[in-house]
Formats: sequence, structure tokens, C-alpha cells
Amino acid sequence: MVTGVSRFLGARVAARLAADPRVERVIGLDPLDPPPALAGLLADVELIQADARAASGAIAELGAEAVVHLAVTSAPDPHSGGRAAMKEQNVIGTMQLLAAAQGADRLRKLVVRSSTAAYGASFRDPAVFTEDTEPRAVPRGSFARDILDIEGYVRGFRRRRPEVAATVLRFAPFLSSTAETSLTRYFAQPVIPTVLGRDARLQFVHVDDALEILHRSVVEDHPGTFNVAGAGVLALSQAVRRAGRISLPLPEGTLSSVAALARNVGVGQIGLDQIDLFVHGRVVDTSRLVKEFGFSPRTTAAAFDDFIHGHRTGQALSADRLAAAERAILDGIRRVRAAATQDQEHASS
Amino acid sequence: MTQDEYHAALPGHADFELPVARAPKPLNGNRPGRRRALPAADGHAPAQIEASAPEPEPPPGPIDVWDQRVANGLAFLRRRLAGAYEVDDFGFDPELNDAVFQPMLKVLYRDWFRTEVFGIENVPDTGGGLVVGNHSGTLALDALMLTVALRDQHPSDRHLRLLGADLVFRLPVLSELARKAGATVACNPDAERLMSEGELVGVFPEGFKGIGKRFSERYKLQRFGRGGFVSAALRTGTPIVPVAIVGAEEIYPILADLKPLARLLGMPYFPVTPTFPWLGPLGLVPLPSKWLIEFCPPIPTAHLTEYADDPMVVYNLADEVRETIQATLHTLLEKRPDPFGL
Repeated sequence: MVTGVSRFLGARVAARLAADPRVERVIGLDPLDPPPALAGLLADVELIQADARAASGAIAELGAEAVVHLAVTSAPDPHSGGRAAMKEQNVIGTMQLLAAAQGADRLRKLVVRSSTAAYGASFRDPAVFTEDTEPRAVPRGSFARDILDIEGYVRGFRRRRPEVAATVLRFAPFLSSTAETSLTRYFAQPVIPTVLGRDARLQFVHVDDALEILHRSVVEDHPGTFNVAGAGVLALSQAVRRAGRISLPLPEGTLSSVAALARNVGVGQIGLDQIDLFVHGRVVDTSRLVKEFGFSPRTTAAAFDDFIHGHRTGQALSADRLAAAERAILDGIRRVRAAATQDQEHASS
Repeated sequence: MTQDEYHAALPGHADFELPVARAPKPLNGNRPGRRRALPAADGHAPAQIEASAPEPEPPPGPIDVWDQRVANGLAFLRRRLAGAYEVDDFGFDPELNDAVFQPMLKVLYRDWFRTEVFGIENVPDTGGGLVVGNHSGTLALDALMLTVALRDQHPSDRHLRLLGADLVFRLPVLSELARKAGATVACNPDAERLMSEGELVGVFPEGFKGIGKRFSERYKLQRFGRGGFVSAALRTGTPIVPVAIVGAEEIYPILADLKPLARLLGMPYFPVTPTFPWLGPLGLVPLPSKWLIEFCPPIPTAHLTEYADDPMVVYNLADEVRETIQATLHTLLEKRPDPFGL
């Protein structure tokens, strides 16, 4: 059973599971109808239109063996209720789903989507987080706070049902040439606002690799908590330059208020989650994932390259243009110097 | 009478020959052309340039140095603007470091402080190492000079990865400069990760107590905290290299510390030196003292790995490191009778 199938990730995971012969039946649970773009993917998936609160009945009736909980929203959607609805879905939804799962006797596996936001954001944080790092400060962002709550419920579930293999996957922000998240929209802008005096270290994971990890955690057994991110690091300024965009550094306070204003007007989706990320950066150690799953996601740089390929429009300073400018300047200097030496030779002769 | 006969006639001292001039041995910084002239000294940089620069046909005739310099400079600018460089997990940017930070600091290191380095052979050529030094000088210039010394004088041009106070990482701009220069927050997970990756880690256990002390307290080591650096070294089995730095105490002699003002500004101390704050920004120019840096023989810890959590072992080892640095400071001070001499 997969929750959140009306969304990008949920629909793709459900479709992949349905295509796997090892999985008998895939049931998609979502309060909303999947949008037409995703409906094609979900042809082999039995869809139940219900929210997580109604899941208790569904899980028990259907005798689900594995629950994949992906109905976690990373940014409030002003069209469907904003922050209140987001919290309802993330926190209350997870609580009720786990309560239902706790009573399901046939359940063998639980896979929960989490995020590296679970590590919080503090100036005293170590540079690289391992799965055992405790957050030092409660983060400001609403998504990060929800993630901490969700992980708390999963810990409770693990205590009460130790025989169920519970996998928590802490994903770095998703990127691919086609996926749409608040971060991809951010990097697709021609001028990118950043925090003045801060250059966060970022990591991304490619959506295809995230799907592979989710798939493996359902069909194989990998209990535990894992960081899922591409190896390597891009500094925010470096990412902006690679994307061929221009950065606009703003003081942190100004950026927060501009972002809040933009959110209220309905444009832009930079929240406190993103600002925390851009101030502190976030790098995780993925050695546990690589060892357990035998699979290493493509590097952060490769994931970002793929994203750039899908978003060529709006580039101001592309690598090709810079190379051309370099050649032009170099040729110009050479011509001037050649002319100067010729003049000298003329003068001396 | 020939010269030889004359020599034979005179006993003893006439055998005397003028001493042969000793081969020049640069002690003071890196004079131009000494090492950078070697093709291999630049490490990976040339390969990158060749790989990525759009290299037009080579100019005819003898190689034009200025043409190459301009081409390299432009290629560097393009790589920076296109983001085509690598940053490690801690935010360390080796290219920026070698092209911008190190040359700037080297001017200070060589021409302003006339730094001399002893015992560089005590720093391991490969693998991890924990360099523990005395901290002084109001602003942490000694840490930066230590980085230059290791990058410049060490046979394998080692990068020193500093561990900085959280205050550094709380401040915008400074935090990012520190990260790009290879520093990270002083905490055990980071220190252990760097050391197990085979990096050379630099730590100043005195912290603000060291750099914020009065001039009258100069060259007296302060308390060494809880010895967290020792347990990090023990856990990874990394050798500890004590280092004594003489000269940093005189650059900004602290005559008084305005505690209330410091508290108001959220700083650990507010120094009053002969030039600061009287001369304003000019007071930030360090006095040109003579610097000596001596690396002491490494203390191996590989056999003590299981004692990483034993407070007695940790404390004794921290004390040993402290004593070594203090003793070396005294011998170095004897070598340098005049703090501002040549």
C-alpha cells in the first residue's frame, strides 16, 4: 500500500511496484484524485480515495503487508489549505496511519519518507551528519518541524511493533530534469536571491535514485534509518553559477521578509525551511545507505547537471558563453600585444 | 719561496683555508622561484587547466610567459564564474585557497613576520595528524600562519584543516571564508572524520582564553579545556604533533580588556592595545614581530585507541602536550632575544 499517490513521487513508486512481479497487489491511497498527467502511470494500481485517517479500515481489510508512507508535503500549497492542511497531512496523517499500521497483524514492513531536514539547523552542527547525529536546535521551518514529529511517531511505532521492519529514508532535496519542487523552481529563476555572507553546502538526490532506493526498501528488507543523498557537495554560489543564473545576495532578515511577502502574494515558495538550508547548509554521510542497499545514488554534481539540462532557458551566464568570452578576451589581448611588438620592431629598424 | 714551502716552514695555523661558503639555505619563507619553479609543485592545477581551458594554438617562437599568465588567469576566472571547481564535504575549496588566500597570507608570513620554521620533518608526509598549538595574538593570525607554514614548507605541501570556535561560524562572511579555507567547527565528529580521511587537523585547545589574554601573560599557556582533541586523536589513532608558535603574542599586545563592552557586543573580549581602538582601522595592522614556529616530535596514539574514553589517560596526554609546547616556547624565546629583531 502506497500513500500519497496523487503526487509526483508517490505515483512513480506505485507504478514501479506494480510493474515488479514480486509484488502481488499495489494499492494507492490518497485523499485527492491523481492529476491526469500521473493517471497514466497508475493504470495497474488500485486506487482508494481516502485520507490517512480512513486508512485504519483499509489496512486491516486489505491485509496489507507493506505500507509505504509518502504523503508528506514539503511546502504549504496555497491552493489546498496552506500550512494548516500541510500540518494536518504530515503530522496528523502520519499519526493516524501509524496507529492503523500498529493494529494490522499482517504488516511486515513500513517505509517512511523523511528528510535530511530532520537534523535541524544550528551553527554548532558538525559539517557532516550521520544517521546518529541528534538535532541541536529545533529548526524554524514548518517542514523540518513536521519531519521531527513524523520521526518521533516512527520511533514509537518501532518500540511497539519491533517485528515490523521499519525503514526511514532521510532524503536530500530531490532534483531531476523533470521533477517540480520548490527547490527546482528556485533554481529555475533567472535571478536567484541568496543569503548575504552565507554560502551553504548543498546536497541533492536524483529522483530516479530515490525511486530505486524506495523500491528496494519495499521488495528487500532494510530496517533502520538511512540518509539518501548524492555524494559530494555543491556550494550554493557554485550551484547558481553552474546553472548559469545570477545570484542576488540579500541580508537574511530582508530575504525572510521578502520571501514572506512573496508567499502572501502567491508567488515564490521560499519558506523558512529553505532559508535555514541556505544559511546552514546540510551535508550527510551516506556510507550506511551504500553498505546496506549496495547502491550508490549518482553524485550531487551529476544530479544537478541533469537538472540544468532540463532548465536551459533563462541562463544568463552559461559555460559556453563564458568560454567564448574568455577566448575573445585572450585573442584581443594577443592581437594588441602582437601589434605593439610589431610597432617596436618598426621603430627599432 | 713558494707558497707550499712557506706553508711547510710554518707549523700549525698556516694550514688554514678560507671557509667555503655554505650553500644558501632559505629559512625565512619561500623566496620567489625556489619551489614554484618546479613543474610538479603546483599539484593538480596544470592538469585542470589543460583539461578545461580552450587552448588556442601555441604562440610561435619561444614560450611567451606573459601570454601563458594571461591565459591561465582568464581560465581561472572562467572556472570560478562557471562553478567548475570542486568543494569537499566541509566546504574546503583547494583551488581558491591556492590561488587567492595562500598568496595573500604568504606576504604577511614572509615579509611582515619573517617567519622561520623548525622541525617540519616532524609532521607526517601522509595520513592524518593532529597539530596542537599555543594560541595568542587577539586575532587568530597564528592559525593562518601555521597553515601557510605547512603548505609552503612541508615537502608534501600539506593543507592544514583548522578547527574553529562556533563564534566564527555564527558570523556571516567570516564563516564562509573559514569553510572555504578548510576550517570547520571544533567538534569531535568533524575532527574524527577529517583525521580518519587522512587530513592534517590543526587545533588550539586554549581557544579564546589564549588569544584574549593580557600582554603580561604572554607565552604562558592557558588551561587546555577538557582535552576533547586528545580523545578525538585517540579514537582515530592519529599522532599528535605539538607546535610552539613564538611571535603572535606581540602583534596586538592587549593592555586591557573591556569586559562590559565585550558583553554588549557579544564578543569574548574587547581588546585595548597600544593602537586599537585609538587609531581606528589602522589599529588592525599587526606589529611586525619576528615569528618562530617549531614542530615537536609526534606523540603516537595508535596503541591507546581503547583508552579514548578514559579521562585519566586523556588528561595525562593533554598535559604532556601542554608541557611540551610550554618547554619549546621557552627554548624558542631564548633563540629570539629581540621580539622585533630580524
